[in-house]
Amino acid sequence: MSLQFLLDGVISGAMIGLGAIGITLTYSILRFSNFAHGDLMAWGAYAALVAVGAIGGLLGGVAPIAPLSFGLPLILATLFAMAVACVIALVLDWLLFARLRARGQAIIVVMASFGASMALRNLLEFLFTSSPAYFSTALQIARPLGLGVRITPDQVALLVLTLVLVTGMHLYLTRSQRGREMRAYAQNPALARVVGIDVRAVIRATWIIGAALAAAAGVMVGVLVQIRPLMGLDLLLPMFAAAILGGIGSVPGAVLAGLIIGISEAAAVLFIGAEWRAGVSFVILMAVLLVRPTGLFGVAER
Amino acid sequence: MTILATEALVAGYEPGLPIVRGASIRVAQGEIVVILGPNGAGKSSLIKAIAGLVPISGGRVTLEGQDITALPAHRKIRQGLAFVPQTENVFPRMSVEENLRLAVGIFPDRDVRHGLDEVFTLFPDLARQARLMAGSLSGGQRQMLAAARALIVKPRVLMLDEPSAGLSPKFVEQVFARLQAVRDTGVTILLVEQNARAALSIGDRAYVLVEGRAAHEGPARSLWDDPLIAELYLGQRKEAT
Repeated sequence: MSLQFLLDGVISGAMIGLGAIGITLTYSILRFSNFAHGDLMAWGAYAALVAVGAIGGLLGGVAPIAPLSFGLPLILATLFAMAVACVIALVLDWLLFARLRARGQAIIVVMASFGASMALRNLLEFLFTSSPAYFSTALQIARPLGLGVRITPDQVALLVLTLVLVTGMHLYLTRSQRGREMRAYAQNPALARVVGIDVRAVIRATWIIGAALAAAAGVMVGVLVQIRPLMGLDLLLPMFAAAILGGIGSVPGAVLAGLIIGISEAAAVLFIGAEWRAGVSFVILMAVLLVRPTGLFGVAER
Repeated sequence: MTILATEALVAGYEPGLPIVRGASIRVAQGEIVVILGPNGAGKSSLIKAIAGLVPISGGRVTLEGQDITALPAHRKIRQGLAFVPQTENVFPRMSVEENLRLAVGIFPDRDVRHGLDEVFTLFPDLARQARLMAGSLSGGQRQMLAAARALIVKPRVLMLDEPSAGLSPKFVEQVFARLQAVRDTGVTILLVEQNARAALSIGDRAYVLVEGRAAHEGPARSLWDDPLIAELYLGQRKEAT
């Protein structure tokens, strides 16, 4: 038996975990399930695709950074994609979610996010068609890692990037004033206002972080798999399962749970059959909700 | 000199259903003012309206002569008006120190370390518990932490909603002694209390709120001696004849 499935699981789990951070933060701070989160991911990937094309057009061919399949254009394009996703999230909040939140019914906001998700997805299909796109068509040679496991340089780079983003995110939430404010607001919104926390700034920060990480995850999926308008929707269930398994509001929980789900999916493909892959998240989600609704690191709502 | 005042304040959670119905109170610099009254009189709502947590539909709130009626809650602390809610007044999943850091961090120009040292001198228990999660503290300790968190930003006016609620008599005594010490540092205090006996013993003046209005007002001592007030609000209620 090859242990390759473990590595494959860790890599797809890293992308799930990165996306789940945004879901867990919007859930705990804005108190609704944002079903449009996956589409921020897809928009991020397409924004990067467009930017890579534009940068390539401006500079002529830029050689990739050996041994990776990509170079400086994709790195710049990722920053651009993060900015685009932030703008989309902030505009959506201003146009839609903030107005509906003010009415105080969470379910309306959730439904609105469904609508926003469909609109964003269909707009992508309209603009880019539903056929898959790739950042690079070059084949990468996977290198042996020992124990029969092989890894490509791109995979290494993106795992490192994930580690950096998650660590940075964790430090931001625990050490910075704005991070403390976000956690405080999630715990008790009324007390947060009393203490002097500017709710609008906290909400803005939540969207910016969630959208930027979603875009980064989208680019990762684009580099390692492919870019499709449905890519975000496909990852939505695993991301929600990770957010809930990790415990709502917990960034380390979301990432760890993302890895657990990624590995479980890879194991299901290997041991049960590829058609069961999509069911794994659903089973985990149901099991957590029935057995331990607070997840691994969550706390009971008062 | 009046530092905090409300003029004919009308406030309530639901439009058209005011709980505070024209309350006018005044608090002078350096005073401890107590708001008493029967259940449902609107004491809590009055203090929360001043803090910006209950929507105001009429009247005015002024702080040092400035109209702060429409100021959102999070801006009031920056004007020097601090509020300690009765319950859920700490962030349970943050350590004691983080609760304090969060509060002082609202002011980017303040020295956090210095502020922490100051409140730890005033509340030595908290210094020992600095790394504990606030949620694991007892009711009295939470009350202390909530007060410390309000004081660390050096407010000019400190408002407290029933600081003695649910505390053992020993802790009630401690809390009120601490409040006197706080006032002695120059902080003006506005207090809502059910525990009239303890509150009037440290208060300078008191208001009795009835049906959302200030029905009686006077020096704490004289309210204490007033037989009508004593009968109605200080625990010696009789059946009306």
